[in-house]
Amino acid sequence: MYKIMHREDLTPQIHLFEIEAPAVAKKAQAGQFVILMVDEKGERFPLTIGGWDREKGSVPIVFMEVGKTTRKLAKLKAGDSIHAFIGPLGIPTHTDNVGTVVCVAGGFATAIVVPVAQALKDAGNKIISVMGFRNKDLMFWEDKLKEVSDELIICTDDGSYGRKALVTEPLKEILEANKDVKLVIAIGPTIMMKFASLTTQPFGVKTLVSLNPIMVDGTGMCGCCRVAIGDDTKFVCVDGPDFDAHQVDWDVLMARQKSYCDEEKTSVDIWEDYCRTQMGGKA
Amino acid sequence: MADKPKINLNRIKMPKQEPEIRAHNFDEVATGYTLEMAKEEAGRCIQCKKRNCVAGCPVNVNIPEFVMALRDGDMWGAVDQLKANNALPGICGRVCPQESQCEFVCTLGKKGAPIAIGRLERFVADWECDQSDKPKPQIAPSTGKKVAIVGSGPAGLTTAADLAKLGHQITLFEALHVAGGVLMYGIPEFRLPKGIVQGEVDYVKTLGVDVRLNSVIGKIDTIDELLADSYDAIFLGTGAGLPMFLGLPGENLNGIYSANEYLTRTNLMKAYLFPEYDTPIKKSRRVVVIGGGNVAMDSARCAMRLGAEEVYIVYRRSREELPARAEEVENAEEEGIIFKLLTNPKRFIGDENGWVTQMECLEMELGEPDDSGRRRPIVKEGSEFLIDVDTVVVALGTTPNPLIPSTTPGLDTTRKGTVVAEEETGKTVKDKVWAGGDLVTGAATVISAMGAGKRAAAAIDAYLKG
Repeated sequence: MYKIMHREDLTPQIHLFEIEAPAVAKKAQAGQFVILMVDEKGERFPLTIGGWDREKGSVPIVFMEVGKTTRKLAKLKAGDSIHAFIGPLGIPTHTDNVGTVVCVAGGFATAIVVPVAQALKDAGNKIISVMGFRNKDLMFWEDKLKEVSDELIICTDDGSYGRKALVTEPLKEILEANKDVKLVIAIGPTIMMKFASLTTQPFGVKTLVSLNPIMVDGTGMCGCCRVAIGDDTKFVCVDGPDFDAHQVDWDVLMARQKSYCDEEKTSVDIWEDYCRTQMGGKA
Repeated sequence: MADKPKINLNRIKMPKQEPEIRAHNFDEVATGYTLEMAKEEAGRCIQCKKRNCVAGCPVNVNIPEFVMALRDGDMWGAVDQLKANNALPGICGRVCPQESQCEFVCTLGKKGAPIAIGRLERFVADWECDQSDKPKPQIAPSTGKKVAIVGSGPAGLTTAADLAKLGHQITLFEALHVAGGVLMYGIPEFRLPKGIVQGEVDYVKTLGVDVRLNSVIGKIDTIDELLADSYDAIFLGTGAGLPMFLGLPGENLNGIYSANEYLTRTNLMKAYLFPEYDTPIKKSRRVVVIGGGNVAMDSARCAMRLGAEEVYIVYRRSREELPARAEEVENAEEEGIIFKLLTNPKRFIGDENGWVTQMECLEMELGEPDDSGRRRPIVKEGSEFLIDVDTVVVALGTTPNPLIPSTTPGLDTTRKGTVVAEEETGKTVKDKVWAGGDLVTGAATVISAMGAGKRAAAAIDAYLKG
């Protein structure tokens, strides 16, 4: 069992849990992920880490309530425990000094981008960050991303904060204005990563994305997370999660992410029913 | 002189669930002997001097002794004899290929059916499991030596049990959230109930073994870090867990699973109990399993139990070459699995949403024997045909996970990704590191992994005391 040492609600639907896991904290690096199980009957699902604290022996994770599993996780309080917490998995993000790097963060993935941007900055890079949210109420960690960035552009889909734009707009402008950008890192919803990739492609700037397919074991055993990268099939859990965005077959990735839509809906319905009848509240 | 009692040349039949019933539940297929049946079967053993059966067993179980004790009703005596050389009899009695090992060389087999050693082993193990007053296992005084074992499958569990009994302090690391390796994620409940595996893992714990779950060695500490951190020896038993795919067009379509994924979802994550358990698996109508080994049979039989209407095994050679145990092929056929032999997939065809809908196949014929001694399958030109499918399970075999070899300098590996170790001792070329099981041999059987574990345990013990 892995104790939740601290809980913070970043928005009503996005939460940060600091999990006690000294073995993971000791080795964790930017861009790696963990596999979690909420309880014994839970599914194994991946979350990219939001950092680490080697002294406290803890690893923060940030998640958004979407399906049954994340809603169940959100019911837990500081002091509660989760059933399994396995990591650090995957290959860490390469954080060499290349010069100027643009970091694009979409939605709750901002939590993943911060440690990556931090590592890139520590390596001596100039960091220009773009963060995008649907609206102001969903935003968090503006201060944290600002701290590790030399420049920060914020946009919202509805214009309720910062610029009214999708992240691809400022991304394009930055690439037009800064010919010395050597690397773009885009992390967020798959659709955002796809369009960030399409935006950078004409500029020929190397672009890394952190893919988030469905996984089961997370250690290379099942192949559920396989993706088409160029002419090869790769397992995101052991060959990634970072890949060259321009090589990713986005259609295959997005189709595979929808494999269990019907089952997820069944699970959510049952969960909502359970919350109403047994827990006397809403899901 | 009185006539010798006549020996029954037929073995006592194993009670089983009827095929039409068991094809729709995950309960164990074979329900096991009663005490009377077990004693009667044990009574068929002629206690010959040759002891071929012991030599035929990869871990040299005292077979005539445990069978005699069982025949005489001395149940604890049977348990002691059985467990002297085998820490996991409840598992071996169920999944060992006895027909090609101990039973294959049984003297009775020359005249009639060999003794049903596997069934008797299972009976004794299950009897012990049901006893509430189990005697405490004998553990030698502590040697003060620490051994780390990586992987809690059959090889790791056996090595851990043997070394713990010899007084060494054992830490057993497991990457998944339960111990047992392939016994938990691979072999289905209806062939090896998970309660039995858990019972054997609990037994290993009673020997003082510290089991650390959720620990991916190579990602947390590396082998070198474990050695630096006061472990005197390390045994690697990480198995062959990486699935092979065909590399055919359309293989990344939705609805195409590796057997590892299909079985892991079903067995380890209990997707057959969805939505009570959170992990889903697709409800299928027409399932094709590609491959002819035990894993293919397990996948096909799971698909049937998950509610598929039609389940096919597609295998490129003929029935004779099927690598699966004959018993499992028979079970599958009884349950209504359809065998499409001398057939090979060519490509997968999907719909506009990325779901597999058809598989194009080729007919094959057998040519001259190849390196494996089996007749080589050859494509019949122009024989393409389509099968409608909504689920495909690729069961072509597995290779070792490269994580440990790639993070452990000084280990020698082969082109196939297996770790090089001496057969008799499991010693690798790296100081203080032993290895055994599928990691060394490539995918093989539970009992051969246990045999390797036993030999490595003996070698590690000799090293630690030397």
